[in-house]
Amino acid sequence: MKYVLKHSILFLFLTLLTLTPWQGYAQDSIPAPTEQEAEAFDAKSFIFGHTGDSYCFHITEIKGEPVCVWLPVIAKCKDGGSWHCFSSKHVCELKEGETYEHKGAYFYVSPISADQYPGKLVEVKGDGSLSRPFDISFTKNAFGIFLVCAFMLAFFLPAAKKYKKDPMAKPTKYQGLVEWLTYTVLDGIIRPNIPEKKVKKFAPYLLTVFFFIFFANLFGLIPFFPFSANVTGNLSITIVLALMTFFFVNAFGNKHYWKEIFWPDVPVFLKAFPLMPIIELISAIIKPFALMVRLFANILAGHIVIMVLMGLIFIIGGMYGVGMGGVTSVISIFMTIFMFALELLVAYIQAYVFTILSSLFIGLAQQEPEHE
Amino acid sequence: MDLFLPESGLVIWMLIAFLIVFFILAKAAWPMIIGGVEKRNAHIADSLLAAEEANNALAGIEQKKQETLAATQAEQLRIMKESQDLKNQVVEEAKLQARQEAEKIVAEARLKIEKEQAEAMAQIKNEVIALSVDIAEKLLQRELSDKQAQNDYIEQLLKDNQPRIEA
Repeated sequence: MKYVLKHSILFLFLTLLTLTPWQGYAQDSIPAPTEQEAEAFDAKSFIFGHTGDSYCFHITEIKGEPVCVWLPVIAKCKDGGSWHCFSSKHVCELKEGETYEHKGAYFYVSPISADQYPGKLVEVKGDGSLSRPFDISFTKNAFGIFLVCAFMLAFFLPAAKKYKKDPMAKPTKYQGLVEWLTYTVLDGIIRPNIPEKKVKKFAPYLLTVFFFIFFANLFGLIPFFPFSANVTGNLSITIVLALMTFFFVNAFGNKHYWKEIFWPDVPVFLKAFPLMPIIELISAIIKPFALMVRLFANILAGHIVIMVLMGLIFIIGGMYGVGMGGVTSVISIFMTIFMFALELLVAYIQAYVFTILSSLFIGLAQQEPEHE
Repeated sequence: MDLFLPESGLVIWMLIAFLIVFFILAKAAWPMIIGGVEKRNAHIADSLLAAEEANNALAGIEQKKQETLAATQAEQLRIMKESQDLKNQVVEEAKLQARQEAEKIVAEARLKIEKEQAEAMAQIKNEVIALSVDIAEKLLQRELSDKQAQNDYIEQLLKDNQPRIEA
């Protein structure tokens, strides 16, 4: 504690020290920031540019030139139905008003601040109207998904191989880690919710989904290439996960589960006039929907808060001068560190919550009727 | 808002990637890990049980050993005591025999001594008689006159002294 305090004070002092010359410099030679310059920082583009999807993986900027990993754009034109595949370099570096021509089709990426298709690939049809092509580009988030998947395979397969080779061998430290992670989920989340006989059947899905979310959350918090893709804070990803859970709940649901939906133990007039069945069906659909929104909203909100705190430096700096921006940076950095710590917690909690609710829903669909 | 609309392209990528990983892990990782751990747990439990049994068996052997040792010690003591007794007995017998032998020897010796003493006495007696006769003869040769009377007197004397000579 004393150590942290000492270093915090030192850090504060150094920051203030470095601010002084800047302020002087700003007052001497550069005129006070005008209205235009203050507006030059576009908070919306900044925040949603970082939390949203993107066609290229922006790493940094060197001397004003962006350093990016150009991911492939794959799209099927609405106009003519032809397939197009090209590097995102061509569309991401376009100036406003320009389009990229590829095999007779014209594309550009709409800016994030645009009203129509913000941040998305837009096709300019022959008659000059705009439309969204069928777009299966390998975007930053797709890259993030594959990175998480590759990591999961690289992390779990060697351990599995070791167990296959000789389960009686003294486990290595790495095996211990894999075991601990696996059994935390298996014994802490899956076993309490799913009947013991069915655990082996559903554990693979629940374990996969837990570690996918957990690693994706963690990777999303690491702020540099090849991580930082906001995978789980994207509705397209959480909808797939939620649909998976929906599938596992309903595809394997037993007779009792379906009876509870269509013919529950309530007075007949409630189910003949199908009020209860309708409510039950809606609830069956709402469950995965809630899963989807909960994960997406939690992760996205965390990322947005971090981006807002960072953006605050530039907003304040733009409004009140570089000095105020510097002072804000001290506060912002502390807040951001706090948020990062919180997000680490959230990364686990959300993976935990998604998996525990999934196993609860699956377990409920496996329940045998109580004997009377 | 655009943020809340799923992107078809990303959904497709996610579906592909997630299903591939799910199937690979479900086939090649989770059953192996869970099965491996369960096998090892069972193995450890069995081993612990076996170890406990072996321990119990070992404790039994140890107890048996102690018992055998105690029995052996008792036996040893008994044998030692017996041999001690035997030894004492032998020594006693030997002593007794020696004493008897000694007594016998002593008795024999005494007998022999007595005999020799008697012989010596007889010899002395004879000697004395011879001597006396000699003396008497010499006396008689000198005193020839009353030879008969002399002999009778000597006889008379000898008769009187008979018990003394015999002793």
